[in-house]
Order: sequence, then structure tokens, then C-alpha cells
Amino acid sequence: MSENHELRVSKIKNGTVIDHVHAGQALNVLAILGIDGSDGEGVSIGMNVPSDRLATKDIVKVEGRELSQEEVDVLSLIAPEATINIVREYDVVEKHRVERPDSVEGILSCPNAGCITAADEPVTSRFDVLDDGVRCVYCERIVRDGIPALIER
Amino acid sequence: MRHGNILTSKQLSRADIEAVLDHAAAIESDGSAAVEDRSETVLGLLFFEPSTRTKMSFETAIKRLGGDVVDMGSVDASSVKKGESLADTVRVIEGYADGIVLRHPRQGAAKLASEYVDVPVINAGDGAGHHPTQTLLDLYTIRENAGLDDLTIGIMGDLKYGRTVHSLAYALSNFDTRQHFVSPESLQLPREVVFDLHQEGASVKEHESLDPILPELDVLYVTRIQRERFPDENEYQKVAGEYCITTETLEAASDELSVMHPLPRVDEIAPGVDTTDHATYFEQAHNGVPVRMALLDLLLGDSDE
Repeated sequence: MSENHELRVSKIKNGTVIDHVHAGQALNVLAILGIDGSDGEGVSIGMNVPSDRLATKDIVKVEGRELSQEEVDVLSLIAPEATINIVREYDVVEKHRVERPDSVEGILSCPNAGCITAADEPVTSRFDVLDDGVRCVYCERIVRDGIPALIER
Repeated sequence: MRHGNILTSKQLSRADIEAVLDHAAAIESDGSAAVEDRSETVLGLLFFEPSTRTKMSFETAIKRLGGDVVDMGSVDASSVKKGESLADTVRVIEGYADGIVLRHPRQGAAKLASEYVDVPVINAGDGAGHHPTQTLLDLYTIRENAGLDDLTIGIMGDLKYGRTVHSLAYALSNFDTRQHFVSPESLQLPREVVFDLHQEGASVKEHESLDPILPELDVLYVTRIQRERFPDENEYQKVAGEYCITTETLEAASDELSVMHPLPRVDEIAPGVDTTDHATYFEQAHNGVPVRMALLDLLLGDSDE
């Protein structure tokens, strides 16, 4: 059943399949990874696919690219249930869950207009990752909801 | 603390705080108690926001230690007006000064500055964030009048944008204190500050009225409703003047109550309170000099290093 649904998105030969992404987050997954197809990689997206675990889920398949551990960790901010499948010659050779990193840099913008990172300064945004959100290292604002909206695009 | 930065009061342990306060007490009783000869020390004053007490007390403190200042002056008279970034400004001043005292309207500005220079950066107020040296003089004053343990303190006014409040609350969590926060709902402590205080196990209660808790307070710390921090003038007008301490208010207070205020005040403490034994705010302002002398003496290290 689930395999049939996954086949709605074509199999990839080499690359990464990001599975069990919460429904509606697929485009944010691409944004947080900085993947927009401009490097020539093939990208396939399945949205609102039925899922035993999540009821509905999104799937992202990136051809010809294996995600780094850092990229995988960052995914946890918006796709905490995601599983990462590394595919080589059509076979899944690695499969693991995302883990939350201690901090992320240059990924999110601070929503606090009074934060020094919102000024025209040579500073890279940096957030500590909490159990249930993120916290700006500079102004200390805690964000628990709406993290996808903070993704620097 | 030596050669470090003072960015927030969160970084200060009880031992750090007591070291500064003890040294300040020694300096206040004997001006020669300062450790180092500061005749070669130059402190850079970078105030991107107006300041009277903080700026002048830092200037007085370093001069009483034998040193001097270079002062950026007003933003309008500096290269900031030409669009220079904070990162560039502090890197330039680093070449002139042995330490930088920075006030800036944006939260996190002192932290950013500290990442660009090797001299100590002292946060003299970063927007609605922190004001750790104000906290040190507040604690010095509180210790002189009420002690720092088994203390019940009320902190009232603009708790949302009040950086002195945030810093004081963090520092007090090092001591055996019961903290009562009084404000309109719209000016409550930021949730992240409450989160931190709970993480520290601090005793924290929030109120909209002072009346129920006033009799049990040892200290009442009043802050100004800061018009300049409100994005919307209408929001300011809704709460302006809502909290005012008068001699009548204080009839319900303990005779020992100290009323404090970081100043400037507008209308939140009536002038009639000034002549009562409760008024501690001018003493508090005066304490800025010995406390900042002590801090600079401990922070700047040996002048011949």
C-alpha cells in the first residue's frame, strides 16, 4: 500500500529520499536545505501522501545528492519525524532518523525587529535549538511556532 | 571576570557579583583601594542612545581610577550617521581604547560587538535586552539597605521593554529572593525571561496590582513606562501614568521599604516620596560610580600586561 503511494513519485537512482515529512512542509524542507534545482539536481515532491504513521505526509526525493549530517540535523527543526534514505543504484543503503542539533547558523532569520541581526550588520543568524523551539543567540527571543516562516530564502 | 566581557547579568555568578560589590564597598570607603594604576587606561564610550547616569558614571569611574575616556559623542556627530556598521565602529575604537562601553538600541548589540574586538565590551544597555552594570549598582544598593538573601522584592512598571528589570531579575535568581512583578498585562515580562527564571528555580509571581503584595515587600523597584520603546503611541497612552507611587501609596508599606528606580523618572514616583525614608533612588544613582570603578578595576586586568 505505502509502496504504491511512494511510486506516485518516481524512484531515484542515486540521491536522498526524505520521507515522513509532515504534510505541507515539503517546500520548506527544500528551502531549509537551499535546494531550488538551480544546481541541476532532479527534485521530486509528493505532497499529502497517505501514511500509516502520520496519516498524511510529504516526501522529497533529491536525485544525485546525498545530504550531509548537518543538513539532516537542520531538517529536524521543521520535520522532526523525517526519515532519511540514502539511495545508490536504486537501493536504500542507509536509513536514519533526523536528530535535533544544538544550534543552527545562517538558516533562520530572527523575527524580532529589534534584534541586532535585523540591522545591516555583518552577522550570521544563530539559534540555539530547544526541545520545543529555537532561541536567537543574540536577542534571546524564543520561537516555538512558525519556524518555517523564519527560513532564510 | 578579568579580561572578559560583561554582556548580560545571566553570566554573573553569585561569587562574581559579590566580588564586585565587595570591591565597590572597599573603594567607597577608601578610594585608594582600587588594585591597579589606571593612568594609561582609556575607556571607549559608544552611546548610540541617550544616557546621563550610565555614561557619566562610567566616565567618572575611570577618571577616579586615574584613566580617561574617548567618547564617540552623539550618533549624529559620528560616522554612524554616514552608515557605518556597529561592527566597523567597534573595530576602530578597539584601536583607541582598552575597553568599550556600549549602549545601543538593538538587542544583542553588545554580543555582536564582543565578537569583533579583543578588548572587553561592557553592555551599557542593548535595547529592551540587558543592562548588567545597572544591575550591579542596584544590587549594591539593595545589599546596603535590605540584604540580598531572604529578600522580598516587587518590580513594577514596564517589565516588557525594561532592560534593567530583565538584568535585575536574572541576577536576583542567584540569591534567596522572592520576586513579585507588577505591570499591566501588555507590559508583562517577556516570556523568555520568565522561562529562564523558572529554569533557574527562581521564585517568581506576576501581578497587575501592587496593593496585595506591598505590605510584605523589602524593596519596591519602580521603572518608567518607556514611551520610546512603544511601536504604537496609542498603546503607550493606554498604560501611561497607570502606576504611580505616592506617599499615600506607601502608607500600606513596611517602614523599612526601600523604593528604588533606575531613573530617569517621569510620573511614576511622586516628588513627595523623595523626602521620605523610603526614597533610595538617588543613593542608587550615586552608587553607580563606586560600583563601576570596582567593575572596571576587576575587568580590565593589569595595565602593564
